[in-house]
Amino acid sequence: MTARVLAVARSEMTILRRNRWLFLATLIMVLFALALTFAGSAPTGSLGADRLLVSVASMTTLSVYLAPLLALMMSFDAIAGDSERGTLALLLSYPAGRGEILLGKYLAQLAALSFALAVGFGIAGAAAGLTGGTSPESLAALLRLIGTSILLGGVFLAFGHFLSALAGSPAAAAGAAAALWLVFVVLYDLGLLGAVVLDSGGVFTTTFFPWVMVANPADAFRLWNVAASDGVALTTGMTGVAGSLPTWAAPLSIVLWLGITFGLAWAAFRRLEP
Amino acid sequence: MTHEVLKIDGLTKLRSGRPVLRDVSLSVAAGERVALLGHNGAGKSTMIKIALGLLSPDGGSVRVAGSVPGSGAARLATAFLPEAVSFHGALTGREQLSLFARLAGTGTGPVAGLLERVGLADAADRRIRTYSKGMRQRLGLAQVMLGKPAVALLDEPTSGLDPISRQDLYTIIDELAAQGTAVLIASHALTEVEARTDRIAILRQGELVANDTLRNLSRRAGLPTRLRIVVRGGLADQMAAETGGTRVNGASVDVECAPDTKMEALRRFASMPDRVEDIEMTPPGLEDLYRHYAQEGKQ
Ligand SMILES: Nc1ncnc2c1ncn2[C@@H]1O[C@H](COP(=O)(O)OP(=O)(O)OP(=O)(O)O)[C@@H](O)[C@H]1O
Ligand SMILES: [Mg+2]
Repeated sequence: MTARVLAVARSEMTILRRNRWLFLATLIMVLFALALTFAGSAPTGSLGADRLLVSVASMTTLSVYLAPLLALMMSFDAIAGDSERGTLALLLSYPAGRGEILLGKYLAQLAALSFALAVGFGIAGAAAGLTGGTSPESLAALLRLIGTSILLGGVFLAFGHFLSALAGSPAAAAGAAAALWLVFVVLYDLGLLGAVVLDSGGVFTTTFFPWVMVANPADAFRLWNVAASDGVALTTGMTGVAGSLPTWAAPLSIVLWLGITFGLAWAAFRRLEP
Repeated sequence: MTHEVLKIDGLTKLRSGRPVLRDVSLSVAAGERVALLGHNGAGKSTMIKIALGLLSPDGGSVRVAGSVPGSGAARLATAFLPEAVSFHGALTGREQLSLFARLAGTGTGPVAGLLERVGLADAADRRIRTYSKGMRQRLGLAQVMLGKPAVALLDEPTSGLDPISRQDLYTIIDELAAQGTAVLIASHALTEVEARTDRIAILRQGELVANDTLRNLSRRAGLPTRLRIVVRGGLADQMAAETGGTRVNGASVDVECAPDTKMEALRRFASMPDRVEDIEMTPPGLEDLYRHYAQEGKQ
């Protein structure tokens, strides 16, 4: 079982390396993280936070957009592409089960994504720390950012596999992935914002809003990082929502989403006729 | 004693409510090479996919080396060459074959030898993106030979291959059969199949209309043999009128005769040395046979 998962993962990793995905993803992460760290002229002194903490706060916002995007771009072709090429039928004629194939591809992509996130945030964080000082709190925030970004990426990798198995063709899967990203990362928040404005301080805003927000994995990721560190919360100005939720809400949301997306991917892949 | 490794019994498959396989029964014994023929859409690929466990049957049963298709044991015993396969362009031939070898549990030991065997040794470390169609097909063939399969299901294996590569392919198929693999070849290449297989099965719109050796099929069909009579001195018209044949050109007449009247006709023409210069005999080919079985009753 594990030997076959590893064989699939190894092949997928070669593909990610060959078509420059690993390199591109890492480059994008490093560039954006560095740019945000040094271009962001946040008033560090006045908030009593060191530069690394400010940097982590801006990188948290960056990760909300980039981690899902990179994850979807890495994964949308995984099943639809093989299905179109006829390789999927061939793979499935080998003793590898569908679960093993899915897991192998997933693990390779997760490893590549983790590498990109860790290197990008690590380099930017190191630069911020070297130039502006660190504290145990800011170091913990950086590690938390990397860890939660990987979890968020993991959710969207599984989403990508789900769409890939469902769509039937790589082009359709790519379109669906773009739509999914737009909904979860952009439109959801816009919708919430609109609802809050319309509600103008009513029941929705005070009671439901935080829960509706944390139900979205991208927002849960943001809230998790904000709730765990006062410094990050201050610099992102999200203390209000984060404070009104129990601390387990955001982690639970992400873990549930991991389960849900993996279940969806598995169910769609099982039904797929190569 | 024959040992039937692939056993299909009363197989029925519906697609979008329409039957694409109807009560098909077909067995292939160890070491036997069976050609599966039929028009486009006759159900050949569907049958192979069911034998692989990629599709589930709607009726009947299929056993591969005694196991249900798709089960671990059946998959270990089966090799498959998909119709028009193309691999991920970013991998090299060696990497792609190594993946299959690891999945098959043979380890990467046989990989280099197999690449050599299908003539890809020089291209082994090039990306598959740079391979020609025939080279991809050969890579597909290399993975068929991994781990001594009990059954090999080949879907149009010669498509895209040049004449020499086709020869090689059939040599490889012979080797597989010699080591005891039951080989089922779905094909449109009649002439090759004719020379290199033990038995022929023909699907017509999902029904198995023939399943026998070429010899028996042609005997049963009773197709006419064509005699081309080369006539002396411009008497072709007269000869055509006398024999009921058709004039081909100024000097030849074609006469079709059933298997049981062939010898008699030959004797007759041979006894006219003043008028007949030469006789060419063309027995019914597989193409005629194929047309007979695959189109019979379909007007
Ligand atoms: N996914 C599908 N959904 C519905 N019908 C299908 C599907 N795939 C194939 N069919 C139908 O099943 C029938 C048999 O198709 P199949 O691919 O088995 O034919 P084939 O004999 O392999 O033809 P060819 O020589 O062209 O490869 C065809 O009528 C085809 O339209
Ligand atoms: Mg076919």
